[in-house]
Amino acid sequence: MAHSEASVTDPATIKARFGIGQSVRRVEDARFVTGHGRYVGDIVIPFSAHAAVVRSPHAHARITGRSVEAARRSPGVLLVLTGDDVLAAGFKGFTASAMPEDLGAPKGHRTFRPILATDKVRFVGEGVALIVAETAAQAADAVALVEIDYDVLPSVTHLDDASAEGAVQVHDDCPSGNMAWVLRFGDQEATDAAFAAAPHTVSLRLENSRLSANPIEPRGSVGEYHQATGTYTLHTSSQNPHGARHEICGVLGIAETKLRVVSPDVGGGFGMKADAYPEDALVLWASRLIGRAVTWIATRSESMLTDTNGRDQVVRGELAFDDNGKILAIRAMAMQAVGGYIAPAGLVPSIFSLRFIPSVYDVKAALVMTRGIFTNTSPLGPYRGAGRPEANYLTERLLDAAAIELGLDRAEIRRRNFIAKDDFPYKTQTMFTYDSGDFRGVLDRALEIADWNGFESRRADSASRGLLRGQGLSYFIEQGGVFNDRMELRFDPGGTVSIVAGTFSHGQGHETTFAQMVAEWLGMPFEDIRFIQGDTDAVPFGRGTYAARSSMIGGSALKVAADAIIERARPMAAALMEVAVEDVNFTEGSFQVSGDPEKSMSMSAVARAFYYPRGITDKFGVGLMGAGTWSTERENFPNGCHICELEVDPETGEVVIDRYVMVDDIGVTINPMIAEGQLHGGFAQGMGQALIEHQAYDRESGQLMSGSLGDYGMPRAVLIPTLTTAFQNTPCLTNPLGVKAVGEAATIGAPPAIMSAVLDALRPLGVTHLDMPATPDRVWEAIRTAAASTEGVTS
Amino acid sequence: MNPAAFDYHRATSLEHAAELLGSLGDEAKVLAGGHSLLPFMKLRFATPSALVDIGGVAGHDYVRLDGDVIRIGALTTHRSLSESTMLAEHLPLLRSAASSIGDPQIRARGTLGGSVAHADPAGELPMLCRLLDATIVTTAGSHSAAEFFQGRYTTPLADDELLSEVVFPVAPQRGEYLKFSHRLYDWALVGVAAQRVGGDWRIGLVNVSDTPVRALAAEAALAGGASLHEAAALAAEGLRPAPSHRASADYKLHLTRVLTRRALEQASS
Amino acid sequence: MKLPLTTTVNGTTRSHEVEPRQLLVQYLRDQLGLTGTHVGCDTSQCGACTVLVDGDAVKSCTMLSLQAEGRSVETIEGVAQGDQLDPVQRAFIEEHGLQCGYCTPGFIMATKYLLSRNPNPTEDEIREGIDGNLCRCTGYVNIVKAVQRAAAELASGGTR
Repeated sequence: MAHSEASVTDPATIKARFGIGQSVRRVEDARFVTGHGRYVGDIVIPFSAHAAVVRSPHAHARITGRSVEAARRSPGVLLVLTGDDVLAAGFKGFTASAMPEDLGAPKGHRTFRPILATDKVRFVGEGVALIVAETAAQAADAVALVEIDYDVLPSVTHLDDASAEGAVQVHDDCPSGNMAWVLRFGDQEATDAAFAAAPHTVSLRLENSRLSANPIEPRGSVGEYHQATGTYTLHTSSQNPHGARHEICGVLGIAETKLRVVSPDVGGGFGMKADAYPEDALVLWASRLIGRAVTWIATRSESMLTDTNGRDQVVRGELAFDDNGKILAIRAMAMQAVGGYIAPAGLVPSIFSLRFIPSVYDVKAALVMTRGIFTNTSPLGPYRGAGRPEANYLTERLLDAAAIELGLDRAEIRRRNFIAKDDFPYKTQTMFTYDSGDFRGVLDRALEIADWNGFESRRADSASRGLLRGQGLSYFIEQGGVFNDRMELRFDPGGTVSIVAGTFSHGQGHETTFAQMVAEWLGMPFEDIRFIQGDTDAVPFGRGTYAARSSMIGGSALKVAADAIIERARPMAAALMEVAVEDVNFTEGSFQVSGDPEKSMSMSAVARAFYYPRGITDKFGVGLMGAGTWSTERENFPNGCHICELEVDPETGEVVIDRYVMVDDIGVTINPMIAEGQLHGGFAQGMGQALIEHQAYDRESGQLMSGSLGDYGMPRAVLIPTLTTAFQNTPCLTNPLGVKAVGEAATIGAPPAIMSAVLDALRPLGVTHLDMPATPDRVWEAIRTAAASTEGVTS
Repeated sequence: MNPAAFDYHRATSLEHAAELLGSLGDEAKVLAGGHSLLPFMKLRFATPSALVDIGGVAGHDYVRLDGDVIRIGALTTHRSLSESTMLAEHLPLLRSAASSIGDPQIRARGTLGGSVAHADPAGELPMLCRLLDATIVTTAGSHSAAEFFQGRYTTPLADDELLSEVVFPVAPQRGEYLKFSHRLYDWALVGVAAQRVGGDWRIGLVNVSDTPVRALAAEAALAGGASLHEAAALAAEGLRPAPSHRASADYKLHLTRVLTRRALEQASS
Repeated sequence: MKLPLTTTVNGTTRSHEVEPRQLLVQYLRDQLGLTGTHVGCDTSQCGACTVLVDGDAVKSCTMLSLQAEGRSVETIEGVAQGDQLDPVQRAFIEEHGLQCGYCTPGFIMATKYLLSRNPNPTEDEIREGIDGNLCRCTGYVNIVKAVQRAAAELASGGTR
């Protein structure tokens, strides 16, 4: 425990100091600030060997020959495996967890990714061989000695190339060129009719560039086969150990009971680490073959090549509206790059990229479609926002365009279209049912904090310094959480309690926030609450943390577990206090007897009775524990408003954000400090997408050009502006805590707000369109092009 | 992440290092701060068979005034340059440019000699050598900056020749180095330095060519009485910068002109 | 072929035989078991490997272990005094200047160096001082606040 003060045991004080809504300092920090965090690279299994992966230098090629003899003879090498060995072993490939046909959509083209390439390589960096050696350096030395013969094929890394008629096929057996799937939501007839009758339409083509999650800890796995028991243990930097177990067992043909997966401390994930990777399976297989543990830790260069990437989508969107700016219909047709294979969660971004297009607006007709297109790139996966940024970005840009066409204030056009506070539950054209929200209230608060109306004088001030100034706003909505999950509470004979979490904290502070909940609900001293996660042996079941799911799904499941504990303990409390059960209630953190204020018992004291060796346990059973589950069947919809003011240097194109405001509705704030931290981090990534980040492949060669953190464009501290945040909460009606998620919100709200401001700044120069990232060269190019066309008009 | 294996030798002096390099052959390299070489080796872009470590060699970490020149030892770190009171008085442009190199940790280890020998056209120090007509003194003689930077990472240094000192004429007048863009990148997409030396302007350019270059047409225009604005318009004359996914060639040319004008204006104020 | 290396690490003299190509960060982690110093990249950009060498913040991934011969190295494990956290460590906790914790040791060492040279930095100087360290979780906002808090505490006489 980080706190070295006397334990607080009085429930009222516990609630005041540690309960929900308090900015409790994090329990997990003590180990992190002293260097005692235990990440996968810190795990030392005695006599572990070390693995390196040989990777394809080509974006697209057939493998026509292999020679590993030189590698096998390299000093320290214990084992070399190739795709031939994978085929001989009969392993299945990694495949999508869900395909469109599972959701009632037209059948997509399912792919199976072998854990080492067998006949073809489909992106630069795809693994073609595994070397296991005594040391990591020796394994790296042998990489160059593996000879693979490639018959290089043309590659398609760019969406336009991959989707073109007659493009080279990434999967020869795909029946429709490179189309992996088609998804659509909405009503074509109603939408077409609305567009046909609409007094106004605007249309846009927008790019969401490819992004790389780049958590500071790269991926890594340590695999062990235990000869004595015929079982396996995998330590892996995963956001979802149970999910990884399921996927890996499917690939290797192992029963899930035979594989234990442990996620130790994980240094960031952002969705990229939500599913298993080939290396997870490779180290387990290799361990069985050599009889020793096998450790593989990715270099950053490898990570840049092989981590799943986000976004990489192009969308053509149209908005139909009336003279008052009221939306009549939205239409969108998009393409999203799937990569060389469909990753387990590869479908997720595409689904969300459509379903949130109607956003917070009263949209009566919509038709939104997307095609997933195979590309010779790393596979598409969920990356903070996972499709919600794409959806919200489109709608916000369309609304801005409509406002400009009508000469309407951009905040006003939102007001005219918001779903009203009284119109909930509201069912969208994409089959969401929003439960609650006060969009006007959040918007108005943001406008006030940002001094939206005072912009002109600041614009003049910037102009006096030779700079353009722009103001932009965005409103966004998204879904907190996917699937279901399970949480347990387990007391021990000493009367202290463990939370056994199916979720998986890797920076979100669950060790603290879930303990806050239990402290408040069960009146338990904060220090007496232990947190267990991340081990499939210790946690019977879970689904990990991604998609901003844990506060609602984990929190609500934990509430169900806490309520079950109370119900189980109440009769025991009554028996111990020698009163009737009906007279005992658990209120204000302890068991109290109605009509007798002198009599009460703490949960701890009652719990201990469940562990007596005999006597009362004959009646009530041994052990006090409870489990709860919750699911996203009734979703939660966090939402918020971002307002950005920035300056653009018209000579260099550099964009510098000057002021930034975020107002969020997260339902209920569990720990304000932690929630705000999520907004800061999410903002940095959203800003990164808007201004600098780009995972760029060379269109001709298929090589990755942004293969280092510097080339990619990672935001540094000098790039972050001053942020002002506020919460304006409307409790969620569909879960007992009232929470809405916060983890991905800022990443979703930032790109449209920033681009809105950039375009606002550039509009006087005649610039009407710009795609992300708004790097200085692209901004300058847009200014130059607009100037040239203006000259053409006037000369 | 893991360099290929190599033999390691520790030199006790630069002369000793030169001897070692001579006997080890052309696959051996010098290790000073290591912040140019080790990153290459970790990615296996460089696989020297041996390293000669001069990091412990004493007596080459200094900034000295010697008449009308400043002598700087090859093992002087960027950090020392960025904090040098001697440079603040006699060559402030070098001090301010050095403070923009990399980041604090890199500046603690990177050396003047290492940077100059590495001859990265995106590096500030090679540009300043060129700008200020430095003399690069080695264990085998000396080279003028004008002849030293022959191409990207290419210098006339023999395999057994080490930098020992760089000699800069003093330039106490106000100069300006603009590096674009510090917020976005930790290297210069384009960098421009403007410095008066005597009565003449000199303009040095970073990352627009295979070597550091001077904007000679702009310099000549200024010498001929052109305004700062007019001269800056010529700053990109003759350049054919390589485009990257971060900047088109046209943009780099444009930026060169803009930064030149700004550097001249700020150095004049 | 291994060569002898003697350094002082967190106040204790250590002697080992090392491969020339072993990086300082690998020596600390693999041979001394000091795994608090992390590796986050291979191009000297992320700073997660930052340690103090003779009081200077350096990226230990960009030094050979042999380059530390005879020098004094301080890692994150040497920062606290037993159970007593350093003001910088306390400040990071108080200001929520970390989330996943992976970059944190590097930031703490960079902060200690910054404050040893500039005890009263402006906000801009702080951002410049941590320019060699990347964080993906926090957006840097609370890291800057943590450094400010640490500076204030050290200025008012906080220990170390």
